[in-house]
Amino acid sequence: MDLIPTANQPIGPFYHFALTPGWATGDRSAGVMAGPEAQGEHTRLTVRLLDGDGRPVTNGMIELWQADGCGKYNHPADTQPRTADPAFRGFGRLATDDQGLCVFETVKPGRVPGLKGQLQAPHINVSIYAPGLLRRVTTRIYFAGDPANDSDQVLELVPEDRRPTLFARGEQGEWCFDLHLSGPRETVFFDV
Amino acid sequence: MSKSRLDLANQPGYTYEPYHSTVKRAPVKPLIFMPHTLSERTGPLFGDMPISETDHDLTRQHAGEPLGQRMIVEGRVVDDEGNPLPRTLIEIWQTNAAGRYRHKLDDFRAPLDPNFTGSGRILTDDNGRYRFLTVKPGAYPWNNHPNAWRPAHIHFSLFGPSFVSRFMTQMYFDGDPMLAYDPVFQAIPDRAKHRVLAGFDINLTEEKWALGYRFDLVLRGPDATPSES
Repeated sequence: MDLIPTANQPIGPFYHFALTPGWATGDRSAGVMAGPEAQGEHTRLTVRLLDGDGRPVTNGMIELWQADGCGKYNHPADTQPRTADPAFRGFGRLATDDQGLCVFETVKPGRVPGLKGQLQAPHINVSIYAPGLLRRVTTRIYFAGDPANDSDQVLELVPEDRRPTLFARGEQGEWCFDLHLSGPRETVFFDV
Repeated sequence: MSKSRLDLANQPGYTYEPYHSTVKRAPVKPLIFMPHTLSERTGPLFGDMPISETDHDLTRQHAGEPLGQRMIVEGRVVDDEGNPLPRTLIEIWQTNAAGRYRHKLDDFRAPLDPNFTGSGRILTDDNGRYRFLTVKPGAYPWNNHPNAWRPAHIHFSLFGPSFVSRFMTQMYFDGDPMLAYDPVFQAIPDRAKHRVLAGFDINLTEEKWALGYRFDLVLRGPDATPSES
């Protein structure tokens, strides 16, 4: 018989000392996912978290989960016949700063398998927590201009006029992603 | 009717007006339902994370013992098919016995305890079980409405085996009269509220040492893998 999952509750404003201790000292090492030896296109990824009025959310937390530069997740469910890049951590976690920003050091992920044997466009899986969010919201960061975006099966589920909210802007080595929790430019969130 | 995994019969929605900070932060556009791909079936694993002997004993993280009622919180973590989730990371945080967080933005005029930080972590064992030793947290005021108090609670953060199973909640105490006035707790549908209440358990209580409370957790798993030829 299926069990009913426990109810979600918000992160609250006072999580930093447990989850993101670097916040108090300006230490952003928990956002460094790629070591110098990591394969792929190294990039700084700046995520900005904004509320429905466009004001920065300064007490939120962002988690990233992604494949390495070759498109391999460091997880047993990824059965592709290659090993995950030992110089890359697929997980990063930072609290937003006083401008609502989190700055990650990562690589652009490779393409990973999607449905029915097709490959997905490069993307990063994002979890967002903040006081006022009774449950996590999740989205994906895609990279504007990547030719694979045109045939991505998940992007195709999103109404065309809302797709731009899922694209990081930038170029090699420097990407930015604005995350609007609500408001006229509300980011697309996925029901996973 | 469109597909949804939000399970609003058992989970809070995003907007709950009595909890005022939901209003500008809750998404209002429809979430996009998507099939689970490898991205959702994987997630960070911490099974080899170094966890020290005092990480799960919040009463032994300083030179002296913290003040307050010593308590054990013990439980089991399973997925929604009842399978135990072994070697999964649980992180907790809480106030001290006086209701004060060790956080520079907490301005409640209650004392800090030099012998209590209030954060802990543990990996579940092979059967999905965990056990923390701590002191009972206090209630504290907040600014949501006049004379607003958060009931005593412990924050729980769990990863489980996939992106889908990632989960946060707050553990409350069964019978706490402040629950009736707390919009964060009240955002949970009535039929699901009992799942975030820890119950006193005499069998977990250690004689002449600490009260025992049980708090079991159920995390979602990815959809069954569709058979593909």
